[in-house]
Amino acid sequence: MAKFSPYENNGGTCVAVAGDGYCVVAADTRLSVGYSILTRDHSKICQLADKCILASSGFQGDIKALQKNLAAKELVYEHNHNKKMSCPAMAQLLSNTLYYKRFFPYYTFNVLGGLDSQGKGCVFTYDAVGSYERTGYSAQGTGAKLITPVLDNKLKSPNPLILPARDAVTPLSESEAVDLVKDVFASATERDIYTGDKLEIVVINSSGIHREYIELRKD
Amino acid sequence: MAGYMDLPTKGGFDFGLCRRNESLAEKKGLKIPGFLKTGTTIVGLVFKDGVVLGADTRATEGPIVADKNCEKIHFMAPNIYCCGAGTAADTEAVTDMVSSQLQLHRYATGRESRVVTALTLLKSHLFKYQGHVSAALVLGGVDCTGPHLHTVYPHGSTDTLPFATMGSGSLAAMSVFESKYKEGLTREEGIDLVAQAISAGVFNDLGSGSNVDVCVITKGKTEYLRNHLLPNPRTYVSSKGYSFTKGQTEILYTKVTQLKPKVDVSEGGDAMEE
Repeated sequence: MAKFSPYENNGGTCVAVAGDGYCVVAADTRLSVGYSILTRDHSKICQLADKCILASSGFQGDIKALQKNLAAKELVYEHNHNKKMSCPAMAQLLSNTLYYKRFFPYYTFNVLGGLDSQGKGCVFTYDAVGSYERTGYSAQGTGAKLITPVLDNKLKSPNPLILPARDAVTPLSESEAVDLVKDVFASATERDIYTGDKLEIVVINSSGIHREYIELRKD
Repeated sequence: MAGYMDLPTKGGFDFGLCRRNESLAEKKGLKIPGFLKTGTTIVGLVFKDGVVLGADTRATEGPIVADKNCEKIHFMAPNIYCCGAGTAADTEAVTDMVSSQLQLHRYATGRESRVVTALTLLKSHLFKYQGHVSAALVLGGVDCTGPHLHTVYPHGSTDTLPFATMGSGSLAAMSVFESKYKEGLTREEGIDLVAQAISAGVFNDLGSGSNVDVCVITKGKTEYLRNHLLPNPRTYVSSKGYSFTKGQTEILYTKVTQLKPKVDVSEGGDAMEE
């Protein structure tokens, strides 16, 4: 008898880049399993608060459950405190939510992007069981192996000891960061079979949230 | 019995390390590395005066695209070509091997190769290796007995068909053939239907992708239409190009080591005798 497996990998790639007064969160819209495409137009990005965007890849069922759980907790927080949750607070909540299911995890790979209480861009990156870190940029999902080295080269300070010390946020302007994100996705689509169809880009800055789409390869 | 293992191999594969690998896998948990698979869409059909073969051009290694524009339609004889799916090395080796056997046969007989000859050589080789040579083929050609199209499975079984598909995209491609194929297609209709079938595989099967190759074989003429369609160009190119800044890897220390000093060759000693 075939053994039941509660998990599946639906593929896809998520990237977030934080800048001085902005944060770019992007993910492709392909949902697939094995060698089949389930849909070419499925958003992996979810707005959890005013200045807080979650992008997740992995198992779509767990992603949906996780987003629903976090949205409910955010609503309760709003009622209790009469304000929306900040991005760093949501980051801690997400970590706790993931670790709560340490031995039957949500099979999700998350990047959380937004603005902190000072209005600075922030990115939080996670593993499936809640280990997290605040960084300047991050890639998760099936194309992460292809994208991360490029982002490292473009955005990372080679060593924290090298002066002048660089901030966790990237030195790029907002339009340069969006251009870089589009470029790394076009490249990942060339070589990763699970990334493609369309790219959804969400930019948060002081003037609010702005969303755009570009086409990716469909093969 | 002594020396049995030491006998030199007389052609074919060397299975000498199979036992070692088995015990390593058991005791040390050795993982044998994966091979380059052409998770493929390949097709062929018979039209009014010949056959059309088609293939996509993606080769994958797990979820990674290893080659974006590889050739999957292999030469067998001037009037016979063969599309290959499965492990890239196997399809390449088996078609090359049979191709040279056919060439020698032509030298010996002075006649054009027949498709059934290629088919028999392929299937007997594949059957001998009991499916371990993972090649799934679509064989097509025109000989003195007319146009022929066959499929060959990795275990050596074969089919003779008016239209055929193979590889991971075979279901997508077959859906096109089943809805649109009819007898007595013209050359243009044949090429168009093959291109449509391959495109169905390219867009709906993740193992297939990139471009469409087509090969048209008619009596006395073969046309290889490499990259007949190019439906997947890159969608975005950064305006700033690709400059990777230097110094992203920090230098911790520098040390220069001299190579061994030159060896001095001095004259003298006994001169060599003539």
